[in-house]
Amino acid sequence: MMQDKITNVLIVGVGGQGTLLTSRIIAQVAVQMGYDVKVSEIHGMAQRGGSVVSQVRYGSKVYSPIIKKGDADIILGFEKIETARWLDYLKPDGMVVINNERVNPLPVMSGKAKYPDDIHEKIAALLPQTVIVNATEIATAIGNVKVANVVLVGLLSAAVGIPAEEVEKAITEIVPPKALEVNLQAFREGRNRYRTAG
Amino acid sequence: MKQLMIGNEAIARGAFEAGATVATAYPGTPSTEIVTNFADFEGVYAEWAPNEKVAMEVGVGASIGGARTLVAMKHVGINVAADPLYTFAYTGVNGGMVIVSADDPGMHSSQNEQDNRGYGRFAKLLVIEPSDSQEALDFTRQAFDLSEQFDTPVMLRITTRLAHSQTMVEKGEPQAPVLKEYKKNAPKYVMLPGYARGRHVEVEKHFEALREYVEQSPLNRIEWGDRKIGIITSGIPYQYVKEVMGDVSVLKLGIVNPLPRKMIEEFAAGVERLIIVEELEPVIEEQVRSWGIKVEGKEHFTLLGEYSPEYIELQLKGAAPPASFGLEKEIPARPPLLCAGCPHRGVFHTLRRMRLKVAGDIGCYTLGALSPLEGMDTCICMGASIGTAMGLEKARGEEFAAKTVAVIGDSTFVHSGITPLIDVVYNQGTSTVLILDNDTTAMTGHQDHPATGVTIQKQPTAKLDIEALVRAVGVKNVRTVDPLKLDELETALKEELERREPSVIIAKRPCVLLEKVVVTNPIMVDPELCTGCKVCIRVGCTGISFNDEEKKAEINAGCIACGMCEQVCTFDAIKPVEV
Repeated sequence: MMQDKITNVLIVGVGGQGTLLTSRIIAQVAVQMGYDVKVSEIHGMAQRGGSVVSQVRYGSKVYSPIIKKGDADIILGFEKIETARWLDYLKPDGMVVINNERVNPLPVMSGKAKYPDDIHEKIAALLPQTVIVNATEIATAIGNVKVANVVLVGLLSAAVGIPAEEVEKAITEIVPPKALEVNLQAFREGRNRYRTAG
Repeated sequence: MKQLMIGNEAIARGAFEAGATVATAYPGTPSTEIVTNFADFEGVYAEWAPNEKVAMEVGVGASIGGARTLVAMKHVGINVAADPLYTFAYTGVNGGMVIVSADDPGMHSSQNEQDNRGYGRFAKLLVIEPSDSQEALDFTRQAFDLSEQFDTPVMLRITTRLAHSQTMVEKGEPQAPVLKEYKKNAPKYVMLPGYARGRHVEVEKHFEALREYVEQSPLNRIEWGDRKIGIITSGIPYQYVKEVMGDVSVLKLGIVNPLPRKMIEEFAAGVERLIIVEELEPVIEEQVRSWGIKVEGKEHFTLLGEYSPEYIELQLKGAAPPASFGLEKEIPARPPLLCAGCPHRGVFHTLRRMRLKVAGDIGCYTLGALSPLEGMDTCICMGASIGTAMGLEKARGEEFAAKTVAVIGDSTFVHSGITPLIDVVYNQGTSTVLILDNDTTAMTGHQDHPATGVTIQKQPTAKLDIEALVRAVGVKNVRTVDPLKLDELETALKEELERREPSVIIAKRPCVLLEKVVVTNPIMVDPELCTGCKVCIRVGCTGISFNDEEKKAEINAGCIACGMCEQVCTFDAIKPVEV
């Protein structure tokens, strides 16, 4: 199944939140489906607790490895203010999936800056296609807080219209067998949340 | 079957497929993964050299010894390796040699954004520039053939975006490595003036041959489209041009030195407007202009930073991205910072407390320059701290030196801190040098080095004894402290700064990321005792934050109980959780 349209997915968060694994699962699924795929990420200094971004692009032919400002179909935000920071990369009618998670940056921890706690609501007010989810809570309920990123993979895959069986196939390949069941459960839970929210 | 690969992995694969058997490097973002990937292949030798000059020299020896050899480094590493590189361009190769220069437009993780295509022009190297991972693999493979064909080392110039983007790659069949015969050939490999004069003639000859080759090389190609605009570009900017410029004509250069003059003249004659899109310096533009061709370039594009598709579109088509959602002014910055439990935090907290001048160096600890620690006065390049401290002393005298320290990491010290320390001893400096020994090359992702006792291929090996080394160069005052024992560190600093002799303090504690930390002794802030003075907050740790409503500090989930904030609290408010 080929399409001319290119799908642009921006995955943003804080170093250490597991954005990289998420972008790799999405990219792997796109490869399985026969698309041309490009993924861009930045290593080095930016990983030391800084803002991190992964960009996944797929379609019949992809040139640039990075998404043009204003051209992302969807932003998957692992953290609230990081979602807002990258929001201008979204298409004016794009979709946002926000994990309702707050990770204080240093200026907030030291009391020099305020964390805008209602920022996800402001995003939702600007963009009708906003889904807010508490992936950390869902993952904890499943029994492993670490699978929060796979909950988000579930949401994201539903949002961009990737068939569930393709993602499950990729997860089965990537995740070690003993952790497979909890990861698949996290994925399905995320997928269901999209359906009820969207 | 095609698979995703970052550019760096594809380069390693290309070298392996070309039959390369030796790879040398010093870690440096964005080049590091090239040789770590190469090291995983069967039947090859890979090494972390102490620095890029040594990496280059080992590469030179391996090439003269007949092996196909890969040498990789970040752009500023080429500065360190420039001495052997320039002269190796004279001797030429035996086994093919490919040198990767990983440039960093935008300075994602670097101290400058020099454009190393300039090295190619100065040293008369063939410089090849891929645009995606498939080309990174294919061009690397071909570069080994070209290196042997034209008897010259080849520079493969990449940028961060190529190095760290994953694109689709079809692997090839590896060819069997061939170890070429070793023959003594002093006129070729001994660069005495009399022999070097002869080699310079050869350099000019093979460079002329390269000028002819590049005219019909498959690495350069014209993609004719609409002829109103013709764009000459290479590397990652090629992808941006294809993304946003529609059906314009494009001359895509896979070889950026030497340039295919006839091909460019033909292309220029075939289009109404000729525009060059190149990040950083106008390397292509100036050459094309010098041939009397009417060309546009840097009047549209900046010399600064990394380009993007929207930037090219804005500059050439005037098309701006959609209006901002306007949320950015509400969003606090998220600067990179030292990890919770990082031993460097103890050092920079103490240096700031003592109001010392700090000649800094390159590594995670350079983050100690940022708020709230703000504990660094200078940082220039790898190994510069000790020489800089010496120069400060010689300019401003011993009193100034008594308030100045040089701060350098273990890997950086081995890289290029030893010779300046010899200078301090030899020229009667009194510097106090802090070697921050965290037992790894942390910033680039935890690579081993000569003082860790392990090789890149995870073989146990001789472990450099930094303390013995420092004594051997003539430093009499050497001591080792734990940087998270703040009193111990401060006492050591006071005593060594008072001495009118060179001193070295080794602040030794492993990087907190080396092993998974299990917190067995959790701590808490006693709200009864906390006065909200924020002295603990000023250590800039992610494990402790300030609750603005309660006006109290609080320990959060990021804490690993390193004990640092307990020591700085003057009210004994931070203490072990009572079980």
